[in-house]
Amino acid sequence: MNKVTNIVLGGLGGQGVLTASDILADVVFRAGYDVKKSELHGMSQRGGSVSSDVRYGPVVHSPMVPLGEADFLLVLEPTQVDVNKPVLRPEGVLIPPDVIPPDGLKNKKSFNVAMLGALSAFLDIPESIWLDAIHARLAAKLHRLNDEAFAYGRQAARARFHLS
Amino acid sequence: MKPEKQLLNGDEAVALAALHAGVSLGTGYPGTPSTEILETFDHLGGKAQWSPNEKVALEVGLGVAFAGGRALVTMKHVGLNVAADPFFTATYTDVDGGLVLVSADDPGMASSQNEQDNRHYARAAVAPMLEPCDSQQAYDYTLAAFEISGRWKIPVILRLTTRVCHSKTLVSPRSDVAQPAAPDFKRNVPSRVMIPAYAKPAHHRLRIKMAEIAAWNDAEGFNQRIDNGKSLGIISSGIAAVHAMEAAPEASHLVIGMTYPLPIETIRKFADGVERLVVVEEGDPVLFESLLAAGIPAEGKPEMYRFGELNVQRVRRILAGDTTPEPVPPKGKPPELCQGCSHRDVFEVLRDMDCIVSGDIGCYTLGMLPPFSAMDTCVCMGASIGVGLGMRHTLPADQARRVVSVIGDSTFVHSGITGLAEMVYNPPETGHVVVILDNGTTAMTGQQEHPGTGRTLNHDPTGKISFEALGKAMGIQNVLTLDRFTDGHRLEAVLKDLLAKPETSLVVVRQPCVLAAPKIRFYEKAAIEKMNQACAAMPAE
Repeated sequence: MNKVTNIVLGGLGGQGVLTASDILADVVFRAGYDVKKSELHGMSQRGGSVSSDVRYGPVVHSPMVPLGEADFLLVLEPTQVDVNKPVLRPEGVLIPPDVIPPDGLKNKKSFNVAMLGALSAFLDIPESIWLDAIHARLAAKLHRLNDEAFAYGRQAARARFHLS
Repeated sequence: MKPEKQLLNGDEAVALAALHAGVSLGTGYPGTPSTEILETFDHLGGKAQWSPNEKVALEVGLGVAFAGGRALVTMKHVGLNVAADPFFTATYTDVDGGLVLVSADDPGMASSQNEQDNRHYARAAVAPMLEPCDSQQAYDYTLAAFEISGRWKIPVILRLTTRVCHSKTLVSPRSDVAQPAAPDFKRNVPSRVMIPAYAKPAHHRLRIKMAEIAAWNDAEGFNQRIDNGKSLGIISSGIAAVHAMEAAPEASHLVIGMTYPLPIETIRKFADGVERLVVVEEGDPVLFESLLAAGIPAEGKPEMYRFGELNVQRVRRILAGDTTPEPVPPKGKPPELCQGCSHRDVFEVLRDMDCIVSGDIGCYTLGMLPPFSAMDTCVCMGASIGVGLGMRHTLPADQARRVVSVIGDSTFVHSGITGLAEMVYNPPETGHVVVILDNGTTAMTGQQEHPGTGRTLNHDPTGKISFEALGKAMGIQNVLTLDRFTDGHRLEAVLKDLLAKPETSLVVVRQPCVLAAPKIRFYEKAAIEKMNQACAAMPAE
């Protein structure tokens, strides 16, 4: 594959958008790609809009996904869908927050990891790499909870988007 | 063994390089997007300290270098304004070990009050400047900056921008970094005592150093040339370079690593080989004007691209000469003061009392937004006090009595103390009221310690400045403390009383930041445990 894959994650400060994009960048790094991850986080703890770009492929130049060129847009908060949508290319895939049913998670703090699970259903990267990266980023006591959230999100996206 | 690749952001890459370069002390003041450099350096085992402000940080760093050590001094772009006084003369001196100043610029103002382009400082203060475009270069150029600083005994600026600081890219560290000699004082009065008799020859020496560095930059500098035919050549540096390579893969590229002094002959050769030469740079047309001055014909960018960050689509537009209005992305949700934040009710009171609020830099600047809308000025660190005093001196008395200066604890230590001196020395006829919003941390930049918290950068206990004792010692007439938990309801009455008096007043409103409070409790507990262990280990008499 020659092409650079462009993924944008959006949400509000405090939702774990930046943690999720850190994990995603680590996943594609572990999978052997060149990767660049970009974010603006000066105000992220104060509830404002937060977004982060992750790009991977054989060689990545700019760390920012150009407007209208995202292959995947992962949004963690319903009000942030319209805000981020212009970044998606016309055939790009929007993964909205309601892909995870509201009562589906034991702990809503693992929502960001569940959303990564949903994204993972679209990407050709072994599940074990995802779990390694999640474990590397989160404290050991949170591993089981987040493993379950990841599996839940992966399954939910497969059902929602009719993926095999 | 070859060290493994790592995925690091630009700040982390600088910190790793500083560790590998044997930096003996890192100093700085927190400022987005530079803050993580010293935090990471500390985390990796380096010695790092927060200074009260950037001027002091640079002076400490200069002392480290005079003593033969390697110093890393970090700040955001506006911090260099504060540190400019020592910096402009530090370049005249001979630094022995090495001195690298990181200026983290914020084009587009993700979290800053202006988007000044600190490339101007390299030329104005006469210091070599390196500009990485990603984390690998941030790592490599930090090492190079120390080598150059040591070789020419000159301070070097490493200029980062927000996108370099906060983007993660792959880094291959080096295992063969030369270590500095052990610190040792060497007396060298003519090169370090900048009285006119010594500063005059020092200026000449500095210009000779720069001529040598320019020649080095042409001969063996970090200039990356990609030849792709003659029709279009692009000259760029820093983050603009990676946008340009993506926007125009068919063009020839010259990416300049050291942008001051420029490798002008290298540029001339590149220019001679292409039919159309375009300079792609973020911010001011610094590179473009340097080329014109050297008689190298080039195209700059339309004025509209001076503002904000560049990105791939904007570079495409620059290359196409497109000056039509740019698409405006939908507005996101603005940040706000946290629920439970101690600043909230202070701004409610100031709003309800219809105060004229001279504000300052920090989380509490968000007090200007609805529902508070309770801030009338915000310019730079510490300005709240001087600006408030100026308004008091000038406004009619009934308006002057409504003026309040509001400043955070870390900002107060940074540059509010001299404002208090001004208030005591030149009190307005109506008096004045300064409110310190003391939330026990540098909250805006991510909860860093400062001299008012009594803890060092790595949260160990240390000396603590009492704002109240300081205010009393300076001769302020009324010094009050309001603990927001117990006295919060009294704030309005207290302010009413003080605003009516033609006296100088300092009110410290104290409550820990809601985000930092659990950590502060943890640090305090750890400090007590440490002290108990130390006591237990003391030999009995």
